[in-house]
Formats: sequence, C-alpha cells, structure tokens
Amino acid sequence: MTATEITHSPKTLAETYALLADRHENCRIIAGGTDLMVLHNAQMLQSTEYIDIWGLDELRGVTDETDWIRIGALTTYSELINSPVIRRAIPPLVEASKTIGAVQIQNRGTIGGNIVNASPAGDTLPVLAVFDAEIELGSGRGRRLVDFNQFYTAYRETVLEPDELLLAVRVAKLREGESSFFYKAGTRRAQAISKVVIAARASLKNHVIESIKIALGSVAATVIRARITEGLLLNSSLSNELIEEARRTISMEIMPITDVRSTEHYRRTVTANLLAKFLRQLI
Amino acid sequence: MKIAMKVNSHQVEIDVNGMKRLLDVLREDLRLTGTKEGCGEGECGACSVIIDGRVINSCLVPVCQMQEATITTVEGIAKDGRLDPLQQAFLLFGGAQCGICTPGMLIAARALLDINPNPTTEEIRESIAGNLCRCTGYTKIIEAIEHAANSTSDRSI
Repeated sequence: MTATEITHSPKTLAETYALLADRHENCRIIAGGTDLMVLHNAQMLQSTEYIDIWGLDELRGVTDETDWIRIGALTTYSELINSPVIRRAIPPLVEASKTIGAVQIQNRGTIGGNIVNASPAGDTLPVLAVFDAEIELGSGRGRRLVDFNQFYTAYRETVLEPDELLLAVRVAKLREGESSFFYKAGTRRAQAISKVVIAARASLKNHVIESIKIALGSVAATVIRARITEGLLLNSSLSNELIEEARRTISMEIMPITDVRSTEHYRRTVTANLLAKFLRQLI
Repeated sequence: MKIAMKVNSHQVEIDVNGMKRLLDVLREDLRLTGTKEGCGEGECGACSVIIDGRVINSCLVPVCQMQEATITTVEGIAKDGRLDPLQQAFLLFGGAQCGICTPGMLIAARALLDINPNPTTEEIRESIAGNLCRCTGYTKIIEAIEHAANSTSDRSI
C-alpha cells in the first residue's frame, strides 16, 4: 500500500481494452479482490497500477443460450448459488460455489477470478472441465474462444495474453438421464482450501457406461481430466470389480504432492474413494 | 482519487489512494473503529460490513470500488438511539465475550435477517460460518440471533 499506486476504473469494455493494450508488467486487473487483496494486504505484489473492472456491468449475469449457459466473468458465487438457471442446468456449479469461503467471500468472489487466478485448488474448475466449458476472451484485437481443457498450460499459467480480458465462460447443460457429482474434501465445510476436489458426470444404459467425464483439483499442477480412468470406464459394464480397478487406476493417474494442506498418500486415497462413491451411486 | 459513498446514512466524500482497503478508510479516515481487523485475508469476518445489502469482508475491498455504494457498519445498526434487536439479544444472551468478533457477528446476522427474517438454526449457523469467535462462544451467539429473529418477527405480526 504505497501512495504511488494508480487505479483505473473503466466503465466500458472499449476503455478497458485501451488500458490493457498499454499495460506494463506491474499492472494488474482487479475484480472481486478475494485473492488479489490478500496478496496486496501482505505486500506481496510488485504492482503499481491496477485496472479495476468491478464496474463493467456487461460482464455480469447468467444467460441461457439453448445449448449453453453463458456466465459473465464478474458473476459472483452468490449469484450462481441463487440462479434458477444454474441450479437446474449445472447443479455441481452450485455445490462448488457453496463450498467457497463463506457468504462474505461468495458475495465478492467471481467465477472469472476463479478461472484466471489459475490455482490448481480452484473449486469451480473441475466442474467447468467436465461440463465442456469454453472460455471467451476479448481484447482490442477481437474475441476468441478457448477450450477450457486447453486454457491452463502449467502451474498457475494460462494462454491469456497480456492485453486480453476474460469476458465469460460458456458451459454445457446436464443432459437428460445424466448424473453428476461434486465433492470437496477440505479441513472444514466453510473457509477451507481443498485437499482434493472432484467433479464428474456420466450416463448409463443397461449398466454400461455410455459417457463419463471426471476432473480433479488439488492433485496436480493444474486442474486435470482423469482421461486414463475415463477410458477404462467408458463402454464398460459397471460392476464392483470395475469400481476397484477404477480406484487403482485413478490413484496412479493423478500427480499429487505433499504440502501444508495434505499429503500425497491422503490425496491418492481420497481421490480413489470419491470416484468409487460416485460410481456406486450410478449402480 | 475522490470517492463519494453513503456510510450509515451519511453522505461522505474522501480523497484517497484507490487501493486503500475499505477497512482502513472506515477506521482511519472516517474514525468508525467498530469495524475490526482480525486476519486481513478474508478468513475471520471481524471486518464484515454490509455493502448495498450484502455482507462482505472490508479488508478485501479496495475503496476505488465503493463509488456511490451504500455501506452499513456496526455503528449504523442502532436506530434513533435504540439498539438493534440483535444488539439487545447479544446483551441478553451473553453473545459477546472478548468482543473482537462481535461487530462482524452482528453485521453478518443483520445481513441475514434483512433478507430472511425467519431463518432456521442451520441458516443462522451458515450465515456466520465466515465469522470466527476465538472465545468459541458460538452457542450463545446463535441463541441471540434466534431470539432477535423471533422478537422482530413477532413485532411485525
């Protein structure tokens, strides 16, 4: 907190793009501030200039676009929790939003912030990964769509260019006959960062798994899809033997580390147990 | 930068660094020291205030985002010299021990009752899940909020 900090509060996207085009490396974008202000308060930021996008109302809100739900980047977790459209079409996104912080954080934290903060522990990220999300980016050069599963390139790194702004995320709807699952393992129900977070969706026909997507957070450098385990389960007949094999496969597929929140062993075990919990619900 | 906002029904204008925390503006510039700082990272809820009807942590809000906002701090919940029903109930039920979490608890509970005047115990517990009491006196706090809700809704009937 120095007296030399400069803040810009643009009111339109065009103004924002102009600011981003001239941006230097010590200039940060701030929205709900639930991650950035923590670092700012601890004087861990080098930034001297901030672009405050909280006033860009065009980036707020949820729209039902028939095949997709479009969620503006500034939509808060509270708005997601209270959205009838999200509750109906993407129930795990409501469950994920409810596990983030407590009401004070849910009223300020945004889905766009969760995405660009790029933490492997971001609680909405596994949901976006299994609901075929696409990220909508904008800049003075135009707009582009990026597949969510291509958005993260390494630990806390994304394909976002310095002049680009996250505008929205488009998310598929849960299909008729499909089941979904979300679970966050943390130290307590509120105000905890996840040790393991999982989202999944699947459909069955005559006990055969017709479609399945599984994504995990806090068990690798970025949010990941469990593609080897998905491959094992797809087109297989669901049985207790298959569930045991899936447990072994997923616990080897992930790459968790031991850190302040948990251990590698705990994360492998809990991931396997949570997948088994989901699969047993499908039987 | 110049910020105009309404704090506890008073229009105020200040000229500050836009990245200054709302918490510091309230305590230092406006001398409203009822709002406390605990952790400074959005974990404890001691700095809770109500902005435009929603409870937030004022330690995580840069004041540049408060242009034309309506803010209620713990100093603003008593009306015309009469304590808020929540404050009366906290006194009656021993809802305050050391007191550091009390302003945040009152604000979180006020925000709940403003939108949900008849909450269940579960809803009350959830509404203060972001407020830590290091004396661990949660039971009396929850009882006080329940009593305030009951007494207020009785009166409105």
